[in-house]
Amino acid sequence: MRLPLIEAAGGVATRNSKREKTMILLMCPPLYYGIEYEINPWMSRSRQTDPQVAQQQWRSLYRLLQDDLQVEIALVEPRPGLPDMVFTANAGLAWNNKFISSNFRHEVRRGESIHFDNWFQARGYEILHFPEQSYFEGEGDMLMCGDLWFAGYHIRSDIHSHQRVSEIVQGEVLSLELTDDWFYHLDTCFCPLSNNQAIYYPPAFDGYALNVLEHHIGTLIAVTEDEARRFACNAIVVEKNVVINDGCPEIRAQLEAIGFSVFEIPLSEFIKAGGSAKCLALKVPRA
Amino acid sequence: MARTVVQLSGHIIDSLILPKVLDLIIGLGAEFQILDIQVGHRRPDRSDAKILIEAPSAEMLEQVLAKIKEHGAVPLDEGEPARFQPAPADGIFPENFYATTNLRTWVRIQENWLEVQPVEMDCGVRVDTAGMRAEALPIHKARKGDLIVTGQHGIKIAPIERQMPHETFEFMSSPVSAEQPKGLLVREIAESMKNVRREKGKILVVAGPGLVHTGASAYLVEMIEKNFVQTLFAGNGLAVHDIESALYGTSLGVYLDKKLRASEGHEHHLWAINKIRGAGGIRQAVEQGLLTKGIFHACVKNGVDFLLAGSIRDDGPLPDVITDTLRAQDLMREKIRSVGLVLMMATTLHAIATGNLLPASVKTVCVDINPAVVTKLTDRGTFQAVGLVTDVEPFLRELCGYL
Repeated sequence: MRLPLIEAAGGVATRNSKREKTMILLMCPPLYYGIEYEINPWMSRSRQTDPQVAQQQWRSLYRLLQDDLQVEIALVEPRPGLPDMVFTANAGLAWNNKFISSNFRHEVRRGESIHFDNWFQARGYEILHFPEQSYFEGEGDMLMCGDLWFAGYHIRSDIHSHQRVSEIVQGEVLSLELTDDWFYHLDTCFCPLSNNQAIYYPPAFDGYALNVLEHHIGTLIAVTEDEARRFACNAIVVEKNVVINDGCPEIRAQLEAIGFSVFEIPLSEFIKAGGSAKCLALKVPRA
Repeated sequence: MARTVVQLSGHIIDSLILPKVLDLIIGLGAEFQILDIQVGHRRPDRSDAKILIEAPSAEMLEQVLAKIKEHGAVPLDEGEPARFQPAPADGIFPENFYATTNLRTWVRIQENWLEVQPVEMDCGVRVDTAGMRAEALPIHKARKGDLIVTGQHGIKIAPIERQMPHETFEFMSSPVSAEQPKGLLVREIAESMKNVRREKGKILVVAGPGLVHTGASAYLVEMIEKNFVQTLFAGNGLAVHDIESALYGTSLGVYLDKKLRASEGHEHHLWAINKIRGAGGIRQAVEQGLLTKGIFHACVKNGVDFLLAGSIRDDGPLPDVITDTLRAQDLMREKIRSVGLVLMMATTLHAIATGNLLPASVKTVCVDINPAVVTKLTDRGTFQAVGLVTDVEPFLRELCGYL
């Protein structure tokens, strides 16, 4: 299905998609973005974001994806009082014609759900909710590599949600325990590159999770602590292109050595809230 | 010991969640047993494991449950209520009634776990849903319409805490054997008895007439006088032989001090019965100055609560013997409350009858010259049982030496 264009409040609009075969990414302009609460170690209300810089960085990402990488972008309208709506990857998981709506662990983010639900519902998706105590934070904690789903738990999503997802997507979901609050979502410490390649930051996982990753993924590239903290793992992968925050030369070199083109975009304003490129976009499958 | 069953579902094998949960259980000091595991065949198929967890205490079990819940293990049947049906008639339980064990048991009624009281094996569980009480009930006490728990749902039991290996009453302690060294064991039993008395617990002695034949009466008397016996269960035989010995110096006509048969000695035990019947009972015989020594004299003088249960082969019997078996059982039930240690010596029937009424948590010492009796008593699911295959006289002599 083709997604209708949305005139975004920030003045940015989606355009013709030129890479229909790959994916559609759902983004949310950072009109109301800021640090209004502290729900992860990155956030500090005393270290505020610069709204203008944030908008500029977001726009650069948007343009890179749309113009250079020719990805179709869809937009959801930002809402006041919901600063983290910009991190659309946490809104849920879209799969076939279903949208598994997130059940945020933190009350301050729960208000986002209705807007994402409405967006998907208006496009004919079946909206699925989990029970109140079964926390699930969407694609932030659920990533596919090959035919396996890798799912983070313990900090944001809880493991009970994984089985529910498995039943909905009819796939094998391997639960990975996250152990470092700085890497609170799976997409902050793990990024599949292809069916059998991924980058990861090992200290963010417990020993069992590391064994699972090593056992199931042929090529695992570890990122350094410095670059993990620059959100090297929070990358958007479009075929052989990888979009990451700037200042990650080591992973860049490693990715280029195995045939990937790396696009670095400064996303410092979003890192202040604990997010980077990957958090700013949610994959929407074509129906 | 506390235990519960949890379920773990999902892709628990490929994701190593199952080994992680098992490692956590062990790491926190509990133990597990996988009761059932269903492994998914296709990629999307989930696997399910049912895991029994045993922890040394309820607190530790809660800790383990809280920890493994984070990894997806949830208590099974939590919330599923116990089922019950009315007793169809007096003395009859409904079909498929739940039979109790000698372990602490809880039944789930209206979202609450009610502890079944008292702890007694081979009973049914009567629930009072208005008063929120659950009671272990012998079958003969059922009254038509009583609500009796059926099936296995909504029931949990707590196995006995396994003790440190060096304790005498350790789990399945020692194989019953005549060859094992007994000196240390007897000293530890004496220490346990002192501990029970220090904590104001009661010591129950269950004894057979062999105790008198072997000449061990004086040691039991000594224990009574030292306040190490609060309750005594026996049959007509022990009392008759003790009283015969007190009155005539013989046990079944044999002089205990000379090992000689007395002339017309076979009549002594019948004369003893007759004298006590004439006095109106053991207590009366003591009060009348007729009975001046022996075990039962000591019992009366020292306020030991004794109960004599009758059997089909009894001579007499003595007036104190309760010939209604069910009444005797009921009285025994009352008297075992707050018993902390039981010494069962030279008796099969009374020991087994007592064992059937006791919670598994009560420390039990079984002493008999016949290994089969000791094995039978220590094998009845009592975790805290010590068995000694020995003549009762040397055992009591040595025990008294340590008390």
